[in-house]
Amino acid sequence: MHISEGVLSAPVLLAGAGLTVAGIAAGLKRMETENVPRVALLAAAFFIASLIHVPVGPANAHLVLNGLMGFVLGWVAFPAIFVGLGLQALLFQYGGLTTLGVNTWNMAFPAVLCSLLLSPWIRKGSPRVFLAAAFLCGALSVALSGICVAACLVWSGENFLPVAKVVLWVHLPIMGVEGVLTAMICGFLRQVKPELLQRSVTGGEGEGDAGT
Amino acid sequence: MNPISETFAGRTSPVHRLDPRVKIVAGTVFSFLVALSDRPGALMLSAAAAVGLLLAARPPLREVLKRIAVVNGFIVFLWLVLPWTVPGRSLATAGPLHATVEGVRLAALITWKCNTILAAFLALLATESPFTLFHALAHLRVPEKIVQLFFFCGRYVELFMNEVRRLRTAMKMRGFRPRTDLHTYRSYAYLVGMLLVRSVDRSERIHQAMRCRGFTGTFPTFVDFRIRRSDGVFALCFACFLTGLVVMECTPWLP
Repeated sequence: MHISEGVLSAPVLLAGAGLTVAGIAAGLKRMETENVPRVALLAAAFFIASLIHVPVGPANAHLVLNGLMGFVLGWVAFPAIFVGLGLQALLFQYGGLTTLGVNTWNMAFPAVLCSLLLSPWIRKGSPRVFLAAAFLCGALSVALSGICVAACLVWSGENFLPVAKVVLWVHLPIMGVEGVLTAMICGFLRQVKPELLQRSVTGGEGEGDAGT
Repeated sequence: MNPISETFAGRTSPVHRLDPRVKIVAGTVFSFLVALSDRPGALMLSAAAAVGLLLAARPPLREVLKRIAVVNGFIVFLWLVLPWTVPGRSLATAGPLHATVEGVRLAALITWKCNTILAAFLALLATESPFTLFHALAHLRVPEKIVQLFFFCGRYVELFMNEVRRLRTAMKMRGFRPRTDLHTYRSYAYLVGMLLVRSVDRSERIHQAMRCRGFTGTFPTFVDFRIRRSDGVFALCFACFLTGLVVMECTPWLP
């Protein structure tokens, strides 16, 4: 969920921007120049995937897939998500300039965290463990994103507490959808293009496994 | 929907003719000042300036209204919650709920700020083609890899959107109808999976093509922007205006 402009307080905006800059720097360091097209095209694909709405009961939810992004890109998810959100702000004025840092952090930090925690199981586990880990990665990332958004709101002012609670509740069904879809997409990728799940995309990590 | 439609770019107006670097810096500083301000006087002035710029850019009215509607989704949600939950003096009562003056004021403040920033964004940034802006970012010393990511991502977003549209048409032809069930989710999952696989395959070919053309990791920039007198005048006036806003913010006896 994007927080729009004019809601958050100065400390939250600045902290978000600072942390995001640090995350992007960490991501760029791990991204070789030759991987730029690949990361950019994956970012574009995730951008388009986030425009797909899936039915959840009577309502619709758009896909987030930050867990999968973290999983495929690792730390490089930071620059990728930043570019995706920047493009979204530019093209649809969704999100915005001042909140770009906070929104990037809220999406990318959970993604990187979950992928670091769960990647051993997604990479090596048996098919069943693999699917469970992928489910957890998708669900947890979105849940953590929701918590981050709620925390940003509450830190900006006590008055936003009820809004933050609604945000958390809304994230519950989305968690389920994201988990299921992330597991299914990972299952698909495992059959069709397993090297994508070896984090060979970003170079550096996962060498040795790549391409086998 | 065409993502890179450049609805607001590709027209002519005094705002369109400004240097993109000046516009990026002006828009960013202005947005932050408005987002962090809480003085009614300063906010009134900023809104007037933003709307003035937007009018000077002569955008298509219909499109502006569409953007305003999209951006205010979160704001509508805030209006549904804030007036009823912020403690304070009661303004109106609906059953067990009380709308408070403070709640309405907070919601109104956010709405005002958000739309002021939106107007400035539409006037200053949306009036440039995204690719011109990326180019300007390179001149503003943004890390090269980020600029390249923007270039590639912006270029292929449109292509992938058409790809998804084709895949979805194919699904529809086969009688796919979205519901809340596993079959629907699996179909969407495979759609996204296919998109990812194709994007990686395509990136291989792009990378090879770039290597063939001697790509060494930097995009040479052939066209340099030139600051003209009108850019200088605008930058000076806008800087004075922004300084004025800061002064208003720091002076206790001003509104």
